Amino acid sequence: METAQKLQEIEEGAEEKLPVEPFRQTLETHGLNLTREKTITLQLNVGLMCNQACRHCHLEAGPNRQEVMSAETLDEVVGFAQKFRFEVIDITGGAPEMNPNLPDMIERLSPLTRRLVLRSNLTTLTAGDRDDLIDLCRKNRVAIVASFPSLNEAQADSQRGKGVFQESINVLKKLNGLGYGRVGSGLELNLVSNPTGAFVPSSQEQLEKRFCQVLEKKWGIVFNNLFTFANAPLGRFRQWLEKSGNLESYLRKLASSFNPCAIEGLMCRSLISVSWDGYIYDCDFNQAAGLFTGGKKTHISELGQLPEPGEPIAVSHHCYTCTAGAGFT
Amino acid sequence: METYYHPQDLPKFEEIGEEAPELAKKFFDYYAAVFAEGELTEREKALIALAVAHTVQCPYCIDAYTKDCLEKGSNLGEMTEAVHVATAIRGGASLVHGVQMRNITKKISL
Repeated sequence: METAQKLQEIEEGAEEKLPVEPFRQTLETHGLNLTREKTITLQLNVGLMCNQACRHCHLEAGPNRQEVMSAETLDEVVGFAQKFRFEVIDITGGAPEMNPNLPDMIERLSPLTRRLVLRSNLTTLTAGDRDDLIDLCRKNRVAIVASFPSLNEAQADSQRGKGVFQESINVLKKLNGLGYGRVGSGLELNLVSNPTGAFVPSSQEQLEKRFCQVLEKKWGIVFNNLFTFANAPLGRFRQWLEKSGNLESYLRKLASSFNPCAIEGLMCRSLISVSWDGYIYDCDFNQAAGLFTGGKKTHISELGQLPEPGEPIAVSHHCYTCTAGAGFT
Repeated sequence: METYYHPQDLPKFEEIGEEAPELAKKFFDYYAAVFAEGELTEREKALIALAVAHTVQCPYCIDAYTKDCLEKGSNLGEMTEAVHVATAIRGGASLVHGVQMRNITKKISL
């Protein structure tokens, strides 16, 4: 109860004058409570350094960012994962490949979970013709989740940078050649498509079908699943929304697409997100918004136990991103 | 500048049902069924709708179906081609009536 009150005070303090109702109020209107359940996923943001500076990035990752998870923090993360054992460990960034400790991280975390996931922008996975990282991923059965916003080169490059589309195609072909995405290989290759502008994605199922047909027909590329995620109005994307005059209509669109049924499956209910410097959040978006789990800045080394089921989750306007339409799980 | 068309009016479309709810329900149910995936995908139907929107020159429809096409994974090239299809049919419809003009001319000319 104390945590809930503290969270509400923090959220109200951070409240901006925006054209949509505060997210917590919308929850209340629908008689909903957003609380944690059993934590099964450990998400690690291993750094904000990235070779790309994508225009939709909520964390404003890019080549000029120097923040990466240190070897000391990695030791603490490994100890944490040994102590609590997670069903899934999900490595993200920035570009995780730009953290020099990534190979060590994969070797040490892989035995501690049933499913280790690496989120990649593809263009750093084989940068400089390196094959060692993919070999390591294969050896440890790491599932690769790759950013691939659009089947159209101009759209993809406008979001991620010139030349990224073609390079991504090359890397996907290489991954397929090594067994990734192929039926029966046990090497999972999933794609993530974020809209390339101020609009929200529609049916994931239909887009997956189309990506499947077009990628195979045009480039002979196969993959396991496509996930469509809306862009969160935070960081660099938020700045672009403001500059382009789209912020108000985008927020209204997200809020008007609020789906109460999406609450049940939200990732923040069962995930703990650790920042590059070892602090914990309910999700990566709360990390970008600076909203700590339980409203208190807590380092992974200080955490005696995982958040209890029933504890409240910090929310703000960006939470409409994950409740729009089918939801973000 | 004062204008007959306002983007903020588009979400008010469903208010049209206030005066004739049964007719509106029939229309909106039919509308939803038309755009559901069938032999054509929802993406293909959105591209057709975009082309038709340009033919009937409805600013609400152009706004709605431009966004809908993008949300369903279409790109500017595909959408431009769809508009050209509408343009070709519209222009062709004028041009093909030139046959009538030619028939009449031939009939009354020496």
